[in-house]
Amino acid sequence: MTFALAIERLALTRGHRRLFAGLDLSLRAGDLLSLTGPNGAGKTSLLRVIAGLLAPTEGIVRIRTDSGEAVDGEDRARLVGWLGDRDAVKPQLDVGEQLRFWAKLYGTPAPEPEAFGLKPQLPGQYLSSGQKRRLALARLVLTGRKLWLLDEPLAALDDDGKALLAGKLTAHCAAGGIAIAATHDPLGVDGLTLRLGDA
Amino acid sequence: MLQLGNPRRFLDVTGKLLPWLAAATAVLFAVGLWLALNVPPDYQQGDSVRIMFLHVPAAWVAMMAYGLMAFAGATALVGRHPLADIALKTAAPLGAVFTALGLVTGSLWGRPMWGAFWVWDGRLTSFLLLLFLYLGIIALGNAIEDEVRAARAAAVLAIVGAVNLPIIHFSVQWWTTLHQGASILRQGGPAIAPVFLWPLAIMALAYTALFMTLWIVRIRTTILERKAAVLVATGRA
Amino acid sequence: MSALRTVIARDLMLAVRAGGGAALALAFFAAVATLVPLGIGPDLKLLARIAAGVLWVAAVLAALLSLDRLFQADFEDGSLDLMALAPLSLEALAFAKIVAHWLSTGLPLTVIGALLAVAYGLPAAATGTLVLALLIGTPAVSAIGGIGAALTLSIRRGGLILPFIVLPLVAPVVIFGAGAVAAVLDGLQSGALLFLAAFSLLAVALAPFAAAAGVRLNLGA
Repeated sequence: MTFALAIERLALTRGHRRLFAGLDLSLRAGDLLSLTGPNGAGKTSLLRVIAGLLAPTEGIVRIRTDSGEAVDGEDRARLVGWLGDRDAVKPQLDVGEQLRFWAKLYGTPAPEPEAFGLKPQLPGQYLSSGQKRRLALARLVLTGRKLWLLDEPLAALDDDGKALLAGKLTAHCAAGGIAIAATHDPLGVDGLTLRLGDA
Repeated sequence: MLQLGNPRRFLDVTGKLLPWLAAATAVLFAVGLWLALNVPPDYQQGDSVRIMFLHVPAAWVAMMAYGLMAFAGATALVGRHPLADIALKTAAPLGAVFTALGLVTGSLWGRPMWGAFWVWDGRLTSFLLLLFLYLGIIALGNAIEDEVRAARAAAVLAIVGAVNLPIIHFSVQWWTTLHQGASILRQGGPAIAPVFLWPLAIMALAYTALFMTLWIVRIRTTILERKAAVLVATGRA
Repeated sequence: MSALRTVIARDLMLAVRAGGGAALALAFFAAVATLVPLGIGPDLKLLARIAAGVLWVAAVLAALLSLDRLFQADFEDGSLDLMALAPLSLEALAFAKIVAHWLSTGLPLTVIGALLAVAYGLPAAATGTLVLALLIGTPAVSAIGGIGAALTLSIRRGGLILPFIVLPLVAPVVIFGAGAVAAVLDGLQSGALLFLAAFSLLAVALAPFAAAAGVRLNLGA
């Protein structure tokens, strides 16, 4: 058995607007999926539904773990690594404090900030938006989760940062993980593509 | 109840029921008010006792409405049912109005009885807090744009309030006994003479029927509004 | 347990650092308590009589001041999503945040409350009761306020609506908290502190569930 994600007949209506319906998707360990589509097509909402943060109008999201166990419902949250559209960086805490907090919360070892081009003593309020994105990436890596969900991971990253992200994505998928990234630009890694909003 | 859970079925059933309910409300009010105006004056309170026939049923319906609203809230949270959402949202302003009516009639009765429009009596104070609770639920429901989330948030608050209301009531009772030395009030209302019981019972029925009529009208209106909104949003109208 | 402690420690750190709400709440408490004698006059007998009521009302308002950001700050910058996905239930998260709020606001309010009670000329026995009442009752304010904070976390001006929905719910805390002191001043026996403790226990035990429900429904925003 290998790690896998299955989505069946997924539909989401927000307000009176139908974002997507009848969405089927099946990903296996090692797959990288780029989620594309125009603004407002429902990319972020789809990621939130997959993470279990948002309940779909219809359909199921099911994850099969390495041990063959099928996980759906709220338990799914325990398998998801999240890099949201917002960076979740606290201005009052320095880089090291933030990473140590999230590592303790997720029960995993804290990574070296230097590996992401960050100085541990740098206060959150002085981070540039690109540095905040790097911090968010470091946090995604430290979760050690097998299903990565990334919302516009390239935003504000410089070329080095983009290469760093591509490296982490490649390593994650090579290690048997799955990654889904909502993005407007190419990730720089070969993978599958799903386009939303053309229905 | 389950049958009525379907909005279309609800519209069908209540559409037939509503005229009868409205007629019953009118008849009950006519009889109740006639009786209330024709009972002999109370030997202590004189004609002021007649305010009681408007006051007591308002207070009773205000509490019943809260119970119904909290029940709708629990149903909305557990069953995720759109009709329960609507029932909760529409009951809150009605409950607030009946609570306000209870407070106003209470203070009108208090003027000749106590010599003041407002005294910090245990019941009045409890009801004032109930009014704030209603207003808070309405405000919370209006502040959240998304209909579903607004209804769920209001439902959680309504349930928290339902758990807390008996405690609030008890603590306010305790508060009035603690500060009794400074107050001129007696505990509890006057005992009801049997001659007043009939008009009171009929007025209670009239108020209940009025609340039910208004509630059903509001629920129906909201269902139809949402249907219309869907039609507009999907371009079918 | 360790995840719980981690959240409490982090929220405390955020509360005491620049921009945190703790110092602001304490300053507000002291300012209100100073303003009241200015409005009423320096008559210590009168001030001693109203001290418990004034300090309780001021303490509740001060606690509410720092409550509106309890979940909102983490919601706005995306931290709440990451916390929801962490191996910690939303109920435990809400409990941790309520505890952190009490440690950073309720506890210091109790200490300052003791000083202010002396300034209001409250006799020693009554001051002791007031401090005990604040210590027992402020957790209930943090807990019930936590429900309000969770329900209003996605509302842009949630800080305005929060007091409105929380104040009626904390009425028993003010009644028993101030009532316990009034009973001591009048030389009466009262079970006020016991009622207060029971209410506080109930609030702290149940509030995390209601607050978690509030967070859950708002995460779908």
